[in-house]
Amino acid sequence: MSLDRKIAYINLTTGDVEVKPIPLDVRRKFLGGRGLDAYLLLNHSEKGCDPLGPDNPLIVSGGILTATCASATARTHVMAKSPLTGLLGSCNMGGFFAPEMAWAGFHHLVIKGKAKKPSYIYIHNGEIQIRDAKNIWGKTTTDAQWAIRDELDDQEVKSLVCGPAGENLVAFANVMTGIKNAGGRTGMGAVMGSKNLKAIACRGTMDINIAHPVEALEYNKRFIDQITSAKVNKTQGTLGTPMIWGATNSWGGVRTRNFQYNQCEYADDIEPEAIDDICEDTMGPYHMSGCFGCQVHCRAQYRIPSGPLKGKYEEGPEYTSQGAFGGETDTPRAETVLVGNHLVDQYGMDNLETGSLISWAMELYEKGIISSKDTDGLDLRFGNDEAVLEMIERICFRKGKVADALANGGIPASKTFGKDSFSYLIQVKGMSNLHSDERATPGLALNIATSSRGSDHLRSRPAIDLYHLPEEVLQKIYGSPIPYDGKLSSEHTEYIGKPWQVFWQENCYMGVDCLGICKYHTTFLGATLPNYEDWPKVLYYNTGLEFTPEELWDISRRCNMIERLFNLREGLTRNDLEKGDMLNHRYFDEPTRRGAIDVVGRVIDKKKFVKMVDEFYEHKGLDKKGNPKTETLKQLGLENEPSHML
Amino acid sequence: METKDKVLMINPEKCTGCRLCELVCAVKHDGVSNPSRSRIKVMKWEMDGVYIPMACQQCQDAPCKAVCPAGALSRNDELNTIEVDQDKCIGCRSCVAVCPFGAMGFNSIDRKVFKCDLCGGDPQCVRFCEVECVEYVDVNDVAVIKKKEAAAKLHAKSHKVALKEA
Repeated sequence: MSLDRKIAYINLTTGDVEVKPIPLDVRRKFLGGRGLDAYLLLNHSEKGCDPLGPDNPLIVSGGILTATCASATARTHVMAKSPLTGLLGSCNMGGFFAPEMAWAGFHHLVIKGKAKKPSYIYIHNGEIQIRDAKNIWGKTTTDAQWAIRDELDDQEVKSLVCGPAGENLVAFANVMTGIKNAGGRTGMGAVMGSKNLKAIACRGTMDINIAHPVEALEYNKRFIDQITSAKVNKTQGTLGTPMIWGATNSWGGVRTRNFQYNQCEYADDIEPEAIDDICEDTMGPYHMSGCFGCQVHCRAQYRIPSGPLKGKYEEGPEYTSQGAFGGETDTPRAETVLVGNHLVDQYGMDNLETGSLISWAMELYEKGIISSKDTDGLDLRFGNDEAVLEMIERICFRKGKVADALANGGIPASKTFGKDSFSYLIQVKGMSNLHSDERATPGLALNIATSSRGSDHLRSRPAIDLYHLPEEVLQKIYGSPIPYDGKLSSEHTEYIGKPWQVFWQENCYMGVDCLGICKYHTTFLGATLPNYEDWPKVLYYNTGLEFTPEELWDISRRCNMIERLFNLREGLTRNDLEKGDMLNHRYFDEPTRRGAIDVVGRVIDKKKFVKMVDEFYEHKGLDKKGNPKTETLKQLGLENEPSHML
Repeated sequence: METKDKVLMINPEKCTGCRLCELVCAVKHDGVSNPSRSRIKVMKWEMDGVYIPMACQQCQDAPCKAVCPAGALSRNDELNTIEVDQDKCIGCRSCVAVCPFGAMGFNSIDRKVFKCDLCGGDPQCVRFCEVECVEYVDVNDVAVIKKKEAAAKLHAKSHKVALKEA
């Protein structure tokens, strides 16, 4: 039974390991995955702890449904206090790691302390060892994984690793598994590096009992048919996430030259079909691959088609890499995107943060705030492909003044660069925005401003807002499982009803993250995909636990509130530009210059934005300052946190 | 359903490596999630992006059947499968050693050998494989399907245009 999967507390300083069951009442409050991770983080960290110090707990998990007979339960979640933001650190990745950890007997790991020398954790069928990583330290993300397999003499081992960027404490270093499954954002790889922890390796052959196997199998088939019937997933399975690029860029939703334009011109070379041609030329007609148990298979395979790295195998690139190394830096060349994608995967570095910070530095270079003296002669102008790739390398290895500063993250770097560099930095809570431009989409702007891990598109984005669905359809989606009697608008440029949509999506994404399912299997890019009405059945057939949709909704709200409590404890203040639910002034002051008729010339209306935040807070049960009301905490059963149940 | 001459046909090129076949195989046969119990197994070369599902070929002159000292393996003509009689099986694993495809498994939890039984004519690996990498087809059609696929590739090579349907 997935419910008998355990939690392990591993102290790298002392070498102590303690294994405990996860009580049912904890499951009923937080389910598992990201939600339970948030509870563990709040309970196992002290206020103001150093993100790169031994007291910052690194929490690794699978969801309550991981490796059960449900669709795409491949997700691994990692949480700690973020070295990038000083607030909540959280990342989520596909691949095959979390299922292997579940077959090895565990759902959650809480890793504290710091190993005296480079180490890795090996988990095999209920046993946990801390091993010497002297032969693995310094290796790239893939070399490290294969070296661990060789050392353990088991080619089935699945590992979660940090790359050289994590070892070098780059504030936005990833944890990685497989070739390109990246736990990006918020620098969880640096937390690994700070603990001298190179990897967590898992191998498991323990049964996970399915409560009702016949029904689980049949329901899974139904669920999968629903997933694969969505047009958006069919396209994802053909082109991968690059499919988003074509529509978004032509429409004017891609920020270019940092934040100066909202559309990348002359970008034919990185159109999804062009990238797909390269995949087909180098890997053949069937070049899509999938994470564990997933039928969307959105991960493309390719070999670098030209240049010094010609022939190197890689996966992706995701939409994020097109933006990071093509759009933002105004270098829309396939080779730059594909090589850039390869480098960040090998070094274990967040593509989004890396590209955003390079393009920010390029704007500072253009404005004379940093000069070629600061860059050791590197011509850091927009459109310089070599400079983009060179900067990736320099940031990972902290070479030179500019790259070393950027490796600490945007806000610390702005203090190094001085002048008005901060005002050009497109970030929220210290984390750079995706390359998307939200000036024409107030709902999406509210999403990035209030997302718990900083500017982010995967924590509360109402992406279907761009589909202009009829209001009746929106009411049907957003009016369940909790009735909503307010107005909703089909217009992406409107402010009406968006706070509810963002609130609803925040809960929906927390739901899948607790279950351990991929977001492509819920209401994210596809309006017809499963959510609260379907999850109780999947949970019941697989675990035997009974929930109503409303109960799952409450669990999602509770877990989001725990993340909020953590952020508030660590200094989140509503209008603070560094640690608040606030956007860079450019969203309000600089109109978009390009794009379709309903995009060009737009800014976010600050008054209406403030009203949206008020309304969003109201939905969440927060006061005007963004603190939870007493009755909200009582209703969610969180009035006594930290409650130390685990 | 007419199953007499049906076989699993695997086209490794199409495999996405998701291992859903392994999951549903274990759930179907043992009611648990555990790929080490799966009759089908995806072999991977991750750094080359190559994934190849391996399963029992239900051989005509089956080495497992020939080597079994206990007479525990027999041919089911109805389903065109090789079956294990667990009552006769002595657990010597000779069949595991001799199988040229590694398709005979030994389960260290139950201490028993296990193999593909084509789910009694409705193989779940096929049912769940959305990319149709694993198919269940008439044995007489296998060569024709392969011929057509190969012909389409030759055509695409010589005309630089792919046919719509293989």
